[in-house]
Amino acid sequence: MAALTREDTEALIAEVLEVYPEKAKKDRAKHLMVNDKTLESSKKCITSNRKSLPGVMTMRGCAYAGSKGVVWGPIKDIISISHGPVGCGQYARAGRRNYYVGTTGVDAFCEINFTSDFQEKDIVFGGDKKLAKLITEIEQLFPLNKGISVQSECPIGLIGDDIEAVSKKASAEIGKPVVPVRCEGFRGVSQSLGHHIANDSVRDFILSNRDGQAFEKTPYDVAILGDYNIGGDAWASRILLEEMGLRVVAQWSGDGTLAEMENTPNVKLNLLHCYRSMNYISRHMEEKYGIPWLEYNFFGPTKIKESLRKIAAFFDDKIKEGAERVIAKYTPGMEAVIAKYRPRLEAKKVMLYVGGLRPRHVVGAYEDLGMEVVGTGYEFAHNDDYDRTIKEMGDTTLIYDDVTGYEFERFVDAMKPDLIGSGIKEKYVFHKMGVPFRQLHSWDYSGPYHGVDGFAIFARDMDMTLNNPCWTKLTPPWLKKEPEPLKQAA
Amino acid sequence: MANIMIRQNPAGGLVFYLPKRDLEAAIDSIEFDAPEKWGGELKLENGGSYYVDPIPKPARLPVSVRAKRLGAAED
Repeated sequence: MAALTREDTEALIAEVLEVYPEKAKKDRAKHLMVNDKTLESSKKCITSNRKSLPGVMTMRGCAYAGSKGVVWGPIKDIISISHGPVGCGQYARAGRRNYYVGTTGVDAFCEINFTSDFQEKDIVFGGDKKLAKLITEIEQLFPLNKGISVQSECPIGLIGDDIEAVSKKASAEIGKPVVPVRCEGFRGVSQSLGHHIANDSVRDFILSNRDGQAFEKTPYDVAILGDYNIGGDAWASRILLEEMGLRVVAQWSGDGTLAEMENTPNVKLNLLHCYRSMNYISRHMEEKYGIPWLEYNFFGPTKIKESLRKIAAFFDDKIKEGAERVIAKYTPGMEAVIAKYRPRLEAKKVMLYVGGLRPRHVVGAYEDLGMEVVGTGYEFAHNDDYDRTIKEMGDTTLIYDDVTGYEFERFVDAMKPDLIGSGIKEKYVFHKMGVPFRQLHSWDYSGPYHGVDGFAIFARDMDMTLNNPCWTKLTPPWLKKEPEPLKQAA
Repeated sequence: MANIMIRQNPAGGLVFYLPKRDLEAAIDSIEFDAPEKWGGELKLENGGSYYVDPIPKPARLPVSVRAKRLGAAED
């Protein structure tokens, strides 16, 4: 079945909005649009980065999630303290599967939850003393940490603790960076502000630490920004870059270290995968150190080739040759993957609803497999993301910003996609509706999906989910049509 | 007054960026664009306009400057 026409999609939006009260309807209407590729700017058709309406089910996270969970958490040799009550850290612990090399608890700390475990008395009398004591204890127990970051949870901002002063004092005592991050969950409308705050704290406390120190440069130094190594993504990206002759100095922040981050100002080019969460620091480095940045996309063969050439264009002929060599080397393998899975996935329809980058980045990979993305949307994108999305998506694709649980279900009901890619909160709802589903936040315990190796896994996973025999077993036996009675022996 | 960053896009045009609100927009016109006097009123593609005190043209972009809002884009 072909995708809906423009009129149909518009009618669908109107129908779905019908249930809301007048005011909510007016507000939600601004967040839904039908794609029109001719548009230059998304400003006129879609509103984004606005507070979610009370009473609707939003799927957004908070600023703490953006800072601790996304940006700071994956740095393996920094201990990120969840400063506040125990829950925020404990329930988000290790959920994003940011892989790293290291011995957890000795020289790597991503999977451990460090928290100051606020109690009533800490709220009443303040938690600064507790934080100071906690930092001293961490230093005793885990001497191989390279730094500490203090990730504030909501109460810290509410009671007005001075974590900056404690951090400054502690930093002088232990002789390592201690970074106060003011990422209380109530700030901003979504995790997006948390990314920004985290980027700003990296800028203020980490980035310039090694300015003026000797560093052995090569003309081919690059840094991978905004790759959180989910299921090994950054590794799959890194080998492609290294194979074409570049030297990857730093990974931000999946499997990254403090030293890598401090050395990043020496690179020639910043490669930005997740634009939404790391554009802030890229802009800063561009201004302060004159390092250009480039968005790239390593999902699916078409985009990989395009990106490798785009990256190579920044360097001399040696790298350009390298890029062509890498492309030539991997093309047969990727074509084999497509030949294997495309017949099984051809013309299937996909709906996406992810965070701040994948709703447009994975589209290429689905298209390479012959699938069509009929609806896409972001939890926390801004208008510049939608500007980029409009160009990536087909005409008349449904685009939804900060979609509510109700809207999403209705859209799926009406558009009948063959596959949905979203997060854990949506997964079981759609399973119960009988629609195949993949988590596109954490790759459903699989991965990597980036790069050449990732594409093979991506294709396999999509096939595994979509063509799973369980989807034919959704009708319970007692509702099934009676099969022909077996002929009785005479 | 707000801190803004002006950078050059690959096509050569100027881009306005307001970090506080994560607002990125192309600059349609800049009032003064001479080596010794650069700045003035910036007209944005989204309809907004900002005023930057004229300075000698920066040697390289991006540059962060203080800007005054003259007319905001509707949103």
